[in-house]
Amino acid sequence: MVSVDDYGEFETEWCPGCGNFMILKALKRALAELGRSPDEVLLTSGIGQSSKLPHYLKCNLFNGLHGRSLPPAIGAKVANHELTVLAVTGDGDCYGEGGNHFLHNVRRNPNITLIVHDNQIYGLTKGQASPTSEPGMKTKVQTHGVFNTPLNPLSLAISLDCSFVSRGFAGDVSHLTELIKKAIQHKGFSLVDVLQPCVSFNKLNTFSWYSERVYRMEEEGDGYDPGDRVKAFERSLEWGERIPLGVFYVNEKPTFEDHLDVLRSGPLVSNKADPKKVDELLDRFI
Amino acid sequence: MSTDLVIKVGGAAGQGLQTIGVALAKTFKKSGFNVFATQFYLSRVRGGHNTFQVRVSDEPIRAMTEKVDILIALDEESIEEQIEEMTDGVIIFDNDVIKINNNTDTNNGLFFHVPMLKIAKDVCGNKIYSNSVASGAALGLMCFEFDYLAKVLTEAFKKKGEEIIDNNIKAARAGYDYARDNYPSGCKFTVSEPSEDDGRMLIAGNDAVGLGALAAGVQFLAAYPMTPSTGVMTYVAANADDFNVVVEQAEDEIAALNMVLGASFAGARAMTTTSGGGFSLMAEALGLAGITETPAVIFLSQRPGPATGLPTMTEQGDLQFVLTAAQGEFPRCVLAPGTPDDCFYLTAEAFNIADKYQIPVFVMSDQYLADSLFTCERFVPSKVTIERHLMSDEELAEKGEYKRYEITQTGISPRAIPGQAGSLVAVDSDEHNEFGHIDQTIENRILMNEKRMKKLELLREEIEPPRLYGPKDAQITLVGWGSTYGPLVEVVNTLINEGHSVNHLHFTHVFPLPVESISDVLGNSEKIVCVENNATGQFAKLLECETGVKIAEKVLRSDGKPYSPESIIRELREKEVI
Repeated sequence: MVSVDDYGEFETEWCPGCGNFMILKALKRALAELGRSPDEVLLTSGIGQSSKLPHYLKCNLFNGLHGRSLPPAIGAKVANHELTVLAVTGDGDCYGEGGNHFLHNVRRNPNITLIVHDNQIYGLTKGQASPTSEPGMKTKVQTHGVFNTPLNPLSLAISLDCSFVSRGFAGDVSHLTELIKKAIQHKGFSLVDVLQPCVSFNKLNTFSWYSERVYRMEEEGDGYDPGDRVKAFERSLEWGERIPLGVFYVNEKPTFEDHLDVLRSGPLVSNKADPKKVDELLDRFI
Repeated sequence: MSTDLVIKVGGAAGQGLQTIGVALAKTFKKSGFNVFATQFYLSRVRGGHNTFQVRVSDEPIRAMTEKVDILIALDEESIEEQIEEMTDGVIIFDNDVIKINNNTDTNNGLFFHVPMLKIAKDVCGNKIYSNSVASGAALGLMCFEFDYLAKVLTEAFKKKGEEIIDNNIKAARAGYDYARDNYPSGCKFTVSEPSEDDGRMLIAGNDAVGLGALAAGVQFLAAYPMTPSTGVMTYVAANADDFNVVVEQAEDEIAALNMVLGASFAGARAMTTTSGGGFSLMAEALGLAGITETPAVIFLSQRPGPATGLPTMTEQGDLQFVLTAAQGEFPRCVLAPGTPDDCFYLTAEAFNIADKYQIPVFVMSDQYLADSLFTCERFVPSKVTIERHLMSDEELAEKGEYKRYEITQTGISPRAIPGQAGSLVAVDSDEHNEFGHIDQTIENRILMNEKRMKKLELLREEIEPPRLYGPKDAQITLVGWGSTYGPLVEVVNTLINEGHSVNHLHFTHVFPLPVESISDVLGNSEKIVCVENNATGQFAKLLECETGVKIAEKVLRSDGKPYSPESIIRELREKEVI
């Protein structure tokens, strides 16, 4: 049996009261409840306060470059698809610097779970706007207030036909735990966008601001079907008075690894090569 | 040399120059000749003025000379551009297709009209066979044994069926006969009787790199297509299923190298292929390879820059960039093949060095080496070894708690992979402790930086010394690296025949440099000349920096074209080196 304790306890560099603590808690619980042992789990991350998360639990980890949590995740997943691979990232890391990788990995559909700590602000560089910041938010850089249209990660993912699209809230650990579990269990690229209040720099989207607005879609009793892409798209646009949480869209389709016939016989890393096999190719140059 | 002929095909992109050129190259190679073929092309799918030239000799050759014996002109521009290069040659052209200048005298033996289109239509009922007519006509002028071409065409069109094969052979034969019957002096370039098929290969540098990677057991290749490196990616992709390789076309070069690092971290042998512009984007991930000590092989095929530069031409202009790319300091290794054999064996070696030292290793080629066809001895795959330097499960179990960055005497930490024997592997782009966790203390920084840099000194001790061609105690030493090897060997041969005391010191292992062995060799030389395909003498700078040997005389070229032996000799004369 795997327990939360197997994932260890570490001192962190996060601010007191930060939403990241709840996400870490939910992630540990999800992994333990799914019975994944730390050695079969790989977390990749980029740069940012969110991206330090892999250091705060026992597992394999690749803490790479800003915006680049996904490419190493793909590489590692292809090399050893028996690993449970999660990429942990923030809104700046994933939707800003790493925007291109986000788009193309949704298209690739590897069996990887992407957890985005979405706090609508750049925390580690001390409070500049992020791609998801609310219009009007004033910062030391956006002195006239943000006027760029915020990126809507859920709508974007759905428009790209992402195989699993969901949203959680750091203030609701038990709901988030279930979402992460579903995302890990889903075979394909799974997005968990987590609303994560930044207690130091985002004075707009606070815990109480969210608590007043968020609701769990599955509790609405309206028979919401995450298989309906158009409905999912509609839901993803809902923001303001009410903010939906839960699984927005599920679309079962072959994963990136499913297309790679060479993985059928086992993980790529366990293949042994023989240089002499090249000899047969040389005849073609004679 | 009793035979030393150059056949050049000129025309617009899309006219089939390469088909003609490759068929001719293979034909001569099949009959036992040494062949060198190279192409000059523009960055466009159709149109423009491109050339494909084939040099044939009964002695080993690895460079193009400047004279042209037979020019197959597929457009007017080919005649205008190449006429100056014709020595005592013949221009084969189709007067029904190409209208040449009224003032041009076509009765001087230089021009030979072959109605390629008409012959193709008459014999096969289709003008698309006119390229085969041209190939045949060139061979007819040489009274070359036709059967070799027939064999090559049979092989080339094997997949397209009997009818296509027959038509191509018929068309070629008709061109061949036309030349023999109609060229006034007949058999203008008779070549000595071809020898038997000798098992040697005709291969381009890019294919040889691809083969080297497959022999080394590459498991993952991620790249973004970029001329002139793409050939390696496509060669590996074409054989990926048979060799258990995953080839992924990344969304950009940033992703490509980061993917490679992820795969390598997880235990796969991984490489990327790119050119200067793509590598610019990879600089960030290069540093990640450096600090995370993740093995990676980077094949970098150079072309003239900066930015987009001359995308289809050649240069050795990226060395200084590669040596210092990415912020901070960390060990790296740069290898530069000079021949197809080097392409094969050095690429395989690159993987072993990367794995042993846990560093990024470059294989630096260029458009000239990548795209040219060379005759060479068959590679011997059994000479390639695969040395992974990974911990066994038993070793790992004995260790107990695994530390990815364990401090050792050599600086090399034992390497385990995630999921192996219940251990955890942590790597970090931040400065980290032995466990791979962030550690910003000064003590730790010193320890880790020293650990990493130590590896470079060990590598320097093990690195192969440069290759000396020619007499050991020559007065003049020509120093080169990478693809200048072929032209320089020919320069040495020519100059020795003229009575000069000259040799060539060629570097395949460019960084780190084995300082002591270099001083030994260069110490004997009165005059050292560096020959490089760039504007500033980048290797000469590196050599001076590392060894203190100052090379005052340089022969440099950066017009996008490769060296011909003649051009080097010309410059040596101008500089009064000889």
